[in-house]
Amino acid sequence: MDPSMSVLVIVHTESDGALATPALEAVNAARALAQQLATPFHVGLVGAVVEPAAAALGTCGAASFRAVAGDAFAQARYATDVAAAAGIATAVGADLVIVPGTSRALRTAGGLAQRLGGVADTHVVGVAASAGVVSITRWFYRQRIEGTMSRTARPWVIALETGTTPAWAGAPGAGGVEAVAVSVETRSAVTGVRAPSTGEQTVRPDADLLLVAGAGWTKKQADGQVHAEAAQSAILGFLRASKASLGGSKSLVDQSGEGQAVLPFMTHLNQVGQTGSSPRHRKGLATCCHGEEPHVIGWRFVTERRAVNLNANCGWAQGKADVVYVADAFAVMKKVNELLGA
Amino acid sequence: MEFHIVVCAGLVPDPLQTLEPVMGPAGPGLKNEALLPSVIDPWAAHALFEAAHLARARPGSKVWLVSLAPKAKLQQVLMVVAQKVPFDLVAVDGPANGFTDASACAAALADAIAAIPGLDRQKLLVFGGWESASRAAGTTLQMVGERLGITEQFQGVDAVTVGADGAFEVLERIEGGRHQVATCSGAPAVCGWATGSLHEPPNSPQVGMMNMRTLMPALQKARAASVPLAGAFGAAAVPSARRDTRVVKDMSPDAIAQEIVEWIRQ
Ligand SMILES: Cc1cc2nc3c(=O)[nH]c(=O)nc-3n(C[C@H](O)[C@H](O)[C@H](O)COP(=O)(O)OP(=O)(O)OC[C@H]3O[C@@H](n4cnc5c(N)ncnc54)[C@H](O)[C@@H]3O)c2cc1C
Repeated sequence: MDPSMSVLVIVHTESDGALATPALEAVNAARALAQQLATPFHVGLVGAVVEPAAAALGTCGAASFRAVAGDAFAQARYATDVAAAAGIATAVGADLVIVPGTSRALRTAGGLAQRLGGVADTHVVGVAASAGVVSITRWFYRQRIEGTMSRTARPWVIALETGTTPAWAGAPGAGGVEAVAVSVETRSAVTGVRAPSTGEQTVRPDADLLLVAGAGWTKKQADGQVHAEAAQSAILGFLRASKASLGGSKSLVDQSGEGQAVLPFMTHLNQVGQTGSSPRHRKGLATCCHGEEPHVIGWRFVTERRAVNLNANCGWAQGKADVVYVADAFAVMKKVNELLGA
Repeated sequence: MEFHIVVCAGLVPDPLQTLEPVMGPAGPGLKNEALLPSVIDPWAAHALFEAAHLARARPGSKVWLVSLAPKAKLQQVLMVVAQKVPFDLVAVDGPANGFTDASACAAALADAIAAIPGLDRQKLLVFGGWESASRAAGTTLQMVGERLGITEQFQGVDAVTVGADGAFEVLERIEGGRHQVATCSGAPAVCGWATGSLHEPPNSPQVGMMNMRTLMPALQKARAASVPLAGAFGAAAVPSARRDTRVVKDMSPDAIAQEIVEWIRQ
């Protein structure tokens, strides 16, 4: 083991200076890793305001707190974020840099490694050290192959997938923060956040339940007709009543993109599967999805899974779901919504 | 203002293929890797279509496609891609495998871009897929950008709207199915594309003929790049995830709804 190996976790603060759950998860992972390596760990904070975060982590055991703070660093912008992270990592002389797998930290993980002359791995679902050797687990081929590997190159930037480690929780304390000076020029500015053009926010990463809708909702039904309005009210009614997040198969979101507008609230951001996302939820209900084997990875990280399909042999369900109800999803979801009081 | 758009796109196994990792002496690869049918990496393909669209709207602009992959596979796949949109190919001969190192891959791509004759770095937009369907890391383009000294970077891009002066507004995917909106004063910049908003263009034999003029010479000239595996692999496996599915066949919709609601409330 190398006793001088230093671990650093870099997190962004929210607008009020607090830390969101993914940041606390990264802190916890860095803390555990440092313990396994019997080495100190350091915390790097980046944001408009950082003192509340340092105080919240006051008893986490960090050897030091370094920060790049100010209005310019409030924005999730590559140029400023990568400069801030590189400044902190250089000040600490970090060998292992843990960051959370947020869109903000992922945007710079590779650039940070390049600036430090190191390497990076993202979407890491496990990191541990044994006898001084650090190894990570991540998925390759978009959640299809799981691999465990170690690297000798340093610095090593490791972006930890959110929801894979418990968040750090502990009493606040007085955390003295050392400011790291960073000078950076940029030609970009973040001007805001845009909700889906459809007006309805249907992607909810924190939801307990994921509803996956497939192209079946837009297909001709037993009476030879397409029932777009019924599909729309069944799905939106369910989302409103259950607060579930909405995922869609590629076939379904592609249709919306092609202007068929059968389900206008469906966008590519809803797409789950190999070329979409693989969200983490405790439960998942798939309706009218057929899919093929590789695309069912859309619910790889959904723990309990049920499906409603007219076809018992549906590829999305057989061997993949705990229960498949062979039934008409229109009828089932209408009743579900009634029961939920939608 | 015109742009010089360089699109970085790798090859990946056709998403409908079954993938089976095999451990060799050096580390993992895919079973029958050389025989698996390949396609251009899906998000990088969107980047290529967006690049062509942008170049068409800005007379004087030009598109290059830089691809690091085994030469023989590149030839096969590009025969199809070359029918879609006009580009000049820059080929680098190397592995397309998802277990290789992003930094080494980025080094090879950045070298290839830096060597493009006539490329104006002040007009340069480096496009590519946000994350590949093989390594799926989202780090390569960032590293390419850093190596080329480009610090205006955007990832998970679904739209770039360019004004008359070359400044643009860009939408990047963030959590919750939303987009972050940013403005940038213009090139040089890096954009890692997600789906964007364009459809795959239909095949055009004329475009194919035009591309063919640079395609074969570029493949012949392809330099070999050594891209090692990312690290020492302990394992690589497809986790067996087969569930015993309970198939419920003759329950009324009302009774099913009742059961589903109880399960949701647990
Ligand atoms: C490069 C590439 C990338 C891809 N990436 C993805 C990806 O990321 N994600 C993805 O999902 N797909 C992806 N695909 C597409 C994938 O191959 C399938 O085409 C797609 O997943 C199938 O969509 P589906 O299940 O919605 O529709 P379909 O295959 O059309 O199935 C519809 C289902 O609805 C059922 N149904 C119809 N009416 C009812 C009713 N009233 N009640 C109950 N059930 C009903 C039918 O029984 C059927 O099973 C990709 C394909 C390619 C080539």
